[in-house]
Amino acid sequence: MNEWLDPLLLSRWQFGLTTVYHFLFVPITIGMALTVALFQTAWVRTDKEKYLQLTKFFGKLFLINFAMGVVTGIVQEFQFGMNWSDYSRFVGDVFGAPLAMEGLLAFFFEATFIGLWIFGWDKLPRGLHLATIWATAVGSVLSAYFIIAANAFMQNPVGYDINEAKGRAELTDIWALLTNKVALAAFPHTIFACFMVAAGLIVTVAAWHLSRNQHLDTMRPALKFGLWMMMIAGALTVLSGDSLGLAMVQTQPMKMAAAEAMYTTSTGADASFSIFTLGTPDGSSELFSIRIPYLLSFLSTHTFDGTVEGINDLQAQYVQLYGPGDYTPTIWVTYWAFRWMIALGVLHVFTAFVGLVLTRKKSALGARLFSGRWSRWIWKAAIWSFPLSLGAMIMGWVFTEMGRQPWLVFGLLKTADGVSPNVSGLEVLISLIAFTLIYGTLAVVEFKLIKKAAQKGPDDLPEPHPETGVRRQETTVY
Amino acid sequence: MDLTIVWFGIITFLFIGYFVLDGFDFGVGMSLPFLGKDDTDRRVIINTIGPIWDLNETWLIVAGASMFAAFPEWYATLFSGFYLALLLILLSLILRGVSFEYRHQRPEASWKRRFDAMIVVGSAVPAFLWGVAFGNIVRGVPLDAGFNYTGSFFDLLNPYALLAGVTTLLLFFTHGTLFVSLKTDGELQQRARRLATRSGILTIVVAAAFLLWTTLAYGSFWSAVLSLVAAITLISAVLANARGREGWAFGAMAATVAFAVLSLFLSLFPDVMPASNDPANSLTIANASSSAYTLQVMTWVALVALPLILAYQGWTYWVFRKRVTRAHIEGAQAAH
Repeated sequence: MNEWLDPLLLSRWQFGLTTVYHFLFVPITIGMALTVALFQTAWVRTDKEKYLQLTKFFGKLFLINFAMGVVTGIVQEFQFGMNWSDYSRFVGDVFGAPLAMEGLLAFFFEATFIGLWIFGWDKLPRGLHLATIWATAVGSVLSAYFIIAANAFMQNPVGYDINEAKGRAELTDIWALLTNKVALAAFPHTIFACFMVAAGLIVTVAAWHLSRNQHLDTMRPALKFGLWMMMIAGALTVLSGDSLGLAMVQTQPMKMAAAEAMYTTSTGADASFSIFTLGTPDGSSELFSIRIPYLLSFLSTHTFDGTVEGINDLQAQYVQLYGPGDYTPTIWVTYWAFRWMIALGVLHVFTAFVGLVLTRKKSALGARLFSGRWSRWIWKAAIWSFPLSLGAMIMGWVFTEMGRQPWLVFGLLKTADGVSPNVSGLEVLISLIAFTLIYGTLAVVEFKLIKKAAQKGPDDLPEPHPETGVRRQETTVY
Repeated sequence: MDLTIVWFGIITFLFIGYFVLDGFDFGVGMSLPFLGKDDTDRRVIINTIGPIWDLNETWLIVAGASMFAAFPEWYATLFSGFYLALLLILLSLILRGVSFEYRHQRPEASWKRRFDAMIVVGSAVPAFLWGVAFGNIVRGVPLDAGFNYTGSFFDLLNPYALLAGVTTLLLFFTHGTLFVSLKTDGELQQRARRLATRSGILTIVVAAAFLLWTTLAYGSFWSAVLSLVAAITLISAVLANARGREGWAFGAMAATVAFAVLSLFLSLFPDVMPASNDPANSLTIANASSSAYTLQVMTWVALVALPLILAYQGWTYWVFRKRVTRAHIEGAQAAH
């Protein structure tokens, strides 16, 4: 068989492609639902026009993105069965439960209330209408919890037994599954990162308008809000990332070793964190590197004299435990994805910090910079906030899922053993090409539409009714 | 009570919900070129399902996830076996969903025409292929001892399944036009009514043939009874529509879809995926199901969630109960 028609390889590419693509829209949905809810709450409480304008404006960006999140999400739900049927048979008893819970408890909720929010402006009383966007926000966060709990099982299987007769994993403790320590650590990390991405989007849009000196009355508060949210969510993402790192070292030490491309077990100062390395592509030998001593020890164990196991030792351990085989992830992917995630994330927090300092009312430096020739570059940097944060997010997922390899479910099932045995390479190639073409086209259309809507800026509000003084509630339609 | 039976019931219920609800979305989408004389008409038609198509589609996601949790073997066999058919359904649902959202983003007629066409195709393809898929499930497909489907995509296109596809296509088309007639007024409503009568009669003929074939070849006593009930409600729907009782007509049509799906699931029971080559390889509610513990946990979740879902979705339909009119569309601002 032609190696290009290897169903395993093609299915992995398809899953990676469709999942990363889906996750471009998920953080915007989760983060923007919260943001829009906050703007609308500010409007309901203060009755200030600018908050209604911001609600409508960012609501519009949120909605252009929402449909894409929904339709690409169905693909995810189907793909386990379509491409990974042996995986589905093996873990369905355990893994299906959080997925079904997500649907029954969270996703229905989200899908129903988003419709009520979009089209309910003129049909629901103001307070109730506000409640629908909060319900959407809560639904989306809850939804994320169940999905992360399902994913955590693949990283660190808990709450199950293996039924030898049926050749599958069976759920024995739903509570253990839902409170998996990897889920408890990954959930805040993911959610704060989603908020960070949404904040990045707001800062990007606000900075674009402000750099052109337009829509000042709405975009100034938007920038301020966005920068604060970026700063807080970014800091919380970093902190929760630290606790996720600890959980990872305990459950998947190989992933941490792969993140560092560290082949030999190291202790204390030797357990250093390399900022940059030039070496052979697989990372087995290096030519040049910049390293911070002790940092890896601290990240992995929260002590300065901790021991971090290296790839070679772990590989030997795993061969003893699981039999002969290669238990090392693709090192250059994990190494660089981990670095880019951290670099982009830190740069993001730094951008927010500088932005907050410069936009302080009394900042003399800010006043000078914004009036001088540097101003253009400061705005340019701010406009890059969104791609920066989205990039960090994607790198994080690439790292955590590629770092899980060669396992599909850590220690239980290898990726190679999960693929559908009866789906041919040709069929997967057809679907991979179809998804690539459609997703690619839609990405272009989506980007243009969001850009157009964002550059248009907030709409002016209709005049209040001359007699009653009540603003005409707008009717919303497709 | 055996929880595998309970979950067979819940999954039946979820698919009934999906086909009754997204079924009329498909019909509304397919009716665009027949009923929409100008852009305002087409916007009226799309807006009849504007606030609800998304939650209707969610029934499919929940049905799929519930199948994964309660009958993983069924989920794995069905989804890997019908790979290309499901791929086409997925691509159609993607195109349909984004088209609703993108269509009004630009004013040019060419832009709108493109998305109108995608709505029609994105509605017609799943309406047909879901029938083909369920036709094949009822008919049985070749499975090996590991429950893997051993046929090809083209084996799915047998006469019985194709008839099932045409039946669901027509059923959903009529269902959708009845919904348009229920949710609009004036000239457009009259056109929808007339179209529903014509497509309704065609649906009766094709559905009668399909239900008869199902009953004779694969049916049990109860599935036969339900087929008969479905036939009666279908005829009632067409008659009610002819007399201008659009509420009754739509209700009877929804009942028809529900009874037809129920009849198909009952003709399966206790199999979930019969093997056409060797009955020993058939998937049943017993050998496809999750462990007793998982089913117990999921039953609790369903007991809490389902009443809530019905309540808030019912409320949504109540909020959007008013007819969509041309004046309403022309006076409103575009959503986003």
